[in-house]
Amino acid sequence: MKRILSVALLIAGAALLAGCPKKHNVIEPPNAGSQVSGSTQGEGASTSSSALAGDAGTQGGSGMGADAPFARKVIYFDFDKSEIKPEFAAVVAAHARNLTSHTNLHMKLEGNTDERGTREYNIGLGERRAQAVRRALMLQGVTESQLNTVSFGAERPAVEGDNEAAWAQNRRVELVYGP
Amino acid sequence: MNRRISCLAAIGFMLFCSRTWAELVVEITKGQADAIPIAIVPFSSPEAAAASFDVAKLVSDDLARSGRFRTTDRKDMIEQPHTGAAISFDDWRRLNNDYMVVGQIQPLGQDRYNITFELYNVLNRQRLLGYQISANKPGLRLASHQVADMVFEKILGIRGAFATRIAYISVLGSLPHKDYRLIVADADGENPHVVMQSNEPLMSPAWSPDGQNLAYVSFENRLPSVYVQFLKTGERRRVSAQAGVNQAPAWSPDGKKLALTLSTRDGNLDIYVLDLGTQALTRITDDPGIDTEPQWSKDGQSLYFTSDRAGGPQIYRVGTQSGDKPRRLTFQGSYNARPRLSPDESQLAFVTQEDGGYRIATMDLRGRGDVQVLTKGHFDVSPSYAPNGAEIIYASRDRGRGVLALVSADGRVQERLVSSEGELQEPAWAPF
Repeated sequence: MKRILSVALLIAGAALLAGCPKKHNVIEPPNAGSQVSGSTQGEGASTSSSALAGDAGTQGGSGMGADAPFARKVIYFDFDKSEIKPEFAAVVAAHARNLTSHTNLHMKLEGNTDERGTREYNIGLGERRAQAVRRALMLQGVTESQLNTVSFGAERPAVEGDNEAAWAQNRRVELVYGP
Repeated sequence: MNRRISCLAAIGFMLFCSRTWAELVVEITKGQADAIPIAIVPFSSPEAAAASFDVAKLVSDDLARSGRFRTTDRKDMIEQPHTGAAISFDDWRRLNNDYMVVGQIQPLGQDRYNITFELYNVLNRQRLLGYQISANKPGLRLASHQVADMVFEKILGIRGAFATRIAYISVLGSLPHKDYRLIVADADGENPHVVMQSNEPLMSPAWSPDGQNLAYVSFENRLPSVYVQFLKTGERRRVSAQAGVNQAPAWSPDGKKLALTLSTRDGNLDIYVLDLGTQALTRITDDPGIDTEPQWSKDGQSLYFTSDRAGGPQIYRVGTQSGDKPRRLTFQGSYNARPRLSPDESQLAFVTQEDGGYRIATMDLRGRGDVQVLTKGHFDVSPSYAPNGAEIIYASRDRGRGVLALVSADGRVQERLVSSEGELQEPAWAPF
């Protein structure tokens, strides 16, 4: 029994499917657009944007120390939690005061999680954390239109590493002043 | 009986891409004890140097990688026949081969080659397959995977998936300057191409049912949007950029809609269906919990998804007709998420938490809902079925690095795909 099946494969077509597309190199500078520069640096002094620095003076000089609540722009969370811990109440309050007294200011709340769990569910957790901070700010009088949230889930860690020390640094909401 | 089917297809234009990515190396970490012994004899090549392509090695690697075959080492081959007539079956039987493949590769000129191969049952000397495949030089790799597919199907009765592709995300660089790439490669990790590159996160690649488009999430401009990219041309369009979350795209079986996750103003994540033609949005779930990671049933009538409406994340199913009440499917353990349906819908693969680690599990959908945890890692996530349902590819961690790994759907065979650089995430196996 002789069965010869001669198949001329659509090799070229398949190779095309595999894709030689024009490269879509979306080259956005890391801090594209009008974002406050250095937002991923957390508490780093360089995160003081021009907008913030300009308004900060009215908050009084004592607020400018590196450890002062107003200078802190990251709120950390416990594992799988989105409640704002008491030690961050002063940070929220300081920024709420700044935003209520300068209603031209806007803030983006960037929610993040540690790497554990599924990626898309972590987007949900990061959003929940950002919303918790948003609600806390609004309870202290910040206008809804001043605030925006975004969740990066586990996609933008502040620190690399698969240990609790790194995870604790990554479960956070970053407060980013912007236009 | 002489059956000769000759299909000639125009070998059209080829686009040449530079190799843009470090190749993946496969390591079998757990084999199958009763793997079938098979010998893939090196193919003769009158002008071997002309092709400089080792068809037999690729076929052998594919079959070995499936874990279902044990391939005979070349140095153990006492002879290297290229046709059935030249096989001394008794010798091959003494070497404990149940099956063997012999073949030839012949240049046809103008960069075209003919691959002829035959599959024999060594025990009863029966010829099981005899095929001829023609390809141009860049197509020899795919043609070899086709040979492996045919051998695999003939012996096991399961369609082979070696000639398919995968997509995945690769992350290069270190904080704060990371480079995210969406890569499409052959199923064995070879032939990788960057289809999208960004310095903000890329997530959740999803193949359209026809394998021609990828949907994914991109955070360019530091906001999430869902894009659909046509692979042939690289053209892409932004299909969802609502305020808030735009995540987790999943194609409907007819390729006309995307299920996705959007959020309301107060950040409540729910599942919606977007009609790609009309842009019409239909809300599917409405619950204060996180509802995300949707996946369609084959008939397009229901969606499987993750929800933490009962506390921790669990898997639910809901009809796509409005007003259907979601039904919970997972009850074992406190964390079950990201469901993926097997192609025959007999089982569901998902991520479960066990002993503090995240692992790939399956649930039997036809019987009593038995759950089997297939992997033993701590960071095993993002399962995706091969289109033949035989294997699941997933993202894992090896010595602190993100790698892709494979496990057979019954858990008996495990492998790792090791890349020389980058963190690999979110593999998605393309359809046939």
